[in-house]
Amino acid sequence: MTDTTLPAPRRSGFRFDRYASGFLLLASIVLYVGLVVVSGQTKYLSVDNLVSILGRSITLGITAIGQTFAILVASIDLSVASLISASAVVTSVVMNGEPSMMLPAILAVLALGAVVGLINGLVISKLEVNPLIATLGMSLIIQGVLSAFYNNFAGKVPVEFQIFAYGSVGIVPYSLIFMFVLAGLAWFVLRFTRFGSDIYSVGGNKDAARNAGIKTSGVIIGAHVVCSLCAAIAGLYLASRLRSGAPWIGAEGVYDLESIAVVVIGGTILAGGRGGIWGTMAGVIIFSLIDSIFNVIGMDAFVKQVVRGIIIVAAVAFYAVRSKRPVS
Amino acid sequence: MTEQTLSTPGSARRRLLQINPVYVLLVALLVAIVLLNPAFMEPQGYMNYLKRAAALAILSGGALYVIVAGGFDLSVGAMMTLTVIGSSMLASNDPNSTYWIIPLMLGIGALVGLINGLVVSYLRVPSLIATLGMMITLTGVAFVWSGGAPRGYLPDTFRFFGRFNITGVPLVNIFPVAIICLVVFGLILWWGMHRTNLGRMIHAIGDNQRAARLAGVPVERVRITAFIVSSMSAVVAGVILGGRAGVSVDIGSGYELQAITAAVLGGAQLLGGRGSVPAAMAGALALEAIFTLLNLLGLPQPVRQVVQGLILIGAVALAMYRRKRTGR
Repeated sequence: MTDTTLPAPRRSGFRFDRYASGFLLLASIVLYVGLVVVSGQTKYLSVDNLVSILGRSITLGITAIGQTFAILVASIDLSVASLISASAVVTSVVMNGEPSMMLPAILAVLALGAVVGLINGLVISKLEVNPLIATLGMSLIIQGVLSAFYNNFAGKVPVEFQIFAYGSVGIVPYSLIFMFVLAGLAWFVLRFTRFGSDIYSVGGNKDAARNAGIKTSGVIIGAHVVCSLCAAIAGLYLASRLRSGAPWIGAEGVYDLESIAVVVIGGTILAGGRGGIWGTMAGVIIFSLIDSIFNVIGMDAFVKQVVRGIIIVAAVAFYAVRSKRPVS
Repeated sequence: MTEQTLSTPGSARRRLLQINPVYVLLVALLVAIVLLNPAFMEPQGYMNYLKRAAALAILSGGALYVIVAGGFDLSVGAMMTLTVIGSSMLASNDPNSTYWIIPLMLGIGALVGLINGLVVSYLRVPSLIATLGMMITLTGVAFVWSGGAPRGYLPDTFRFFGRFNITGVPLVNIFPVAIICLVVFGLILWWGMHRTNLGRMIHAIGDNQRAARLAGVPVERVRITAFIVSSMSAVVAGVILGGRAGVSVDIGSGYELQAITAAVLGGAQLLGGRGSVPAAMAGALALEAIFTLLNLLGLPQPVRQVVQGLILIGAVALAMYRRKRTGR
């Protein structure tokens, strides 16, 4: 934080932190390839399999793109998992198998995401509620309302909409292309627009940003709207892939925790103001590689969960040990 | 921290205004319950209510240590689950096993708290992530231990603490052991937080970590102790809850949020520096009273979630508003 204000000589040397997510990605690729070769299961190295590894993490990837915005602005969003469930249910209930209802359903889901993000942002910036508590509360509210009305798979997604999840160009699924286009768009916004630079300023130092004339509440609200919109899109995708929506699918995927974990593994710091989209995408790929490694060595599902918890903490520690920030 | 030095003598009205609103809320809720259900006035009614609330109240008192120290402990719910599952696996229906199982579980709790504290203090992982990772890990361990479905049950000697009622007590006739546990552990937690140097140091590091360090507070050791207290109180809460409700794999899930909600209702300041054990316990009783009230009104289970979310956001927003107005 202080390195821009202090006239200290800039280290011209190699800055490890900046490329750490790249190294982690490389390390997990090496580990994966090594394991596959050592165990002689070279079928796991085919292009088809690599595409399917990526394909499995589309929901997480889309959610994490949004989460990056929230974390960059020094906030956090724990309501994404229940919003994903809600969006998926709204998608399949509104569509209800009718191709003609596709557009209304998509618009309804995006409106839902925008409203949830707006409320999150307003509560956090205007009422000054701790973002963790605000979004946890929002998560409870969404989940409660959802389970009051639905307790199982509801509605149906028409075949035309399933193309979103199952269609592909050659072997590359549309959804994978969509995720990378979305990531490119997010990168463009963060890198080249005023909103993007405001996000970094507010996340880096809110008071300084306000003194510099940035309307901090507007930026925080904007970041949360982007985050919730991404979660809503992830819900659309999940409904398309599962062919229907149920009120537990978001919580089952632990998308709230996992999206935060991949953002942090990608080098965006939780205190805000530093990081970026491509690190997050590297984090998503690292996560799906770890999953594939578990599959290759045939790990028990519950042990997998334990190892996963340890990996998340270790990855955060990897970045945190070197920072001089006080802990909380 | 400064209120003692600032309060002017003879301002009785101001002191009246400074009564923690959670006590008013609790009384109002209890009056509402009595109006709806006069049977609550019978010993059977309110003793059962206190028995239900005992586990959450003890848990909230322990979780408050970490909150006042400036962190979060999201692993307590999973710790409760692990306590119940682990005890039932170890007991193997032997009534005499209770005498070594409970100390062993307290030891495991202390170890978990120690790990949480070490990870947060020395690996500098934000407590939110560290304890979320611990939550996933402990849930996984409980699953692995029980093989997915818990076998066996808890012997009556173990369930004594959560289930047994002492009968023939004058005036009230029945008196649950859980309430004795509540009072005893409540007093211990109150004493530790408000009458010892440890409590003062916990307040100090939560209020201003750097100032505390400069004043000679062993910050790391104090924070680790706070995490150990939190985890061990989760074990105690798990023993009482398991005794009352029996064995199930998701018995403790959601309790971590309820504990934070209770502490916040009791006026604890998130990110540290202020909080009171009796008020947090009153917050837990109020939360349980709200749930009882919702039950009496015949509202379905999901509504509880919505209400809890609204309370969580509302309580923090109100606290922020009060602090801004009083300038403290």
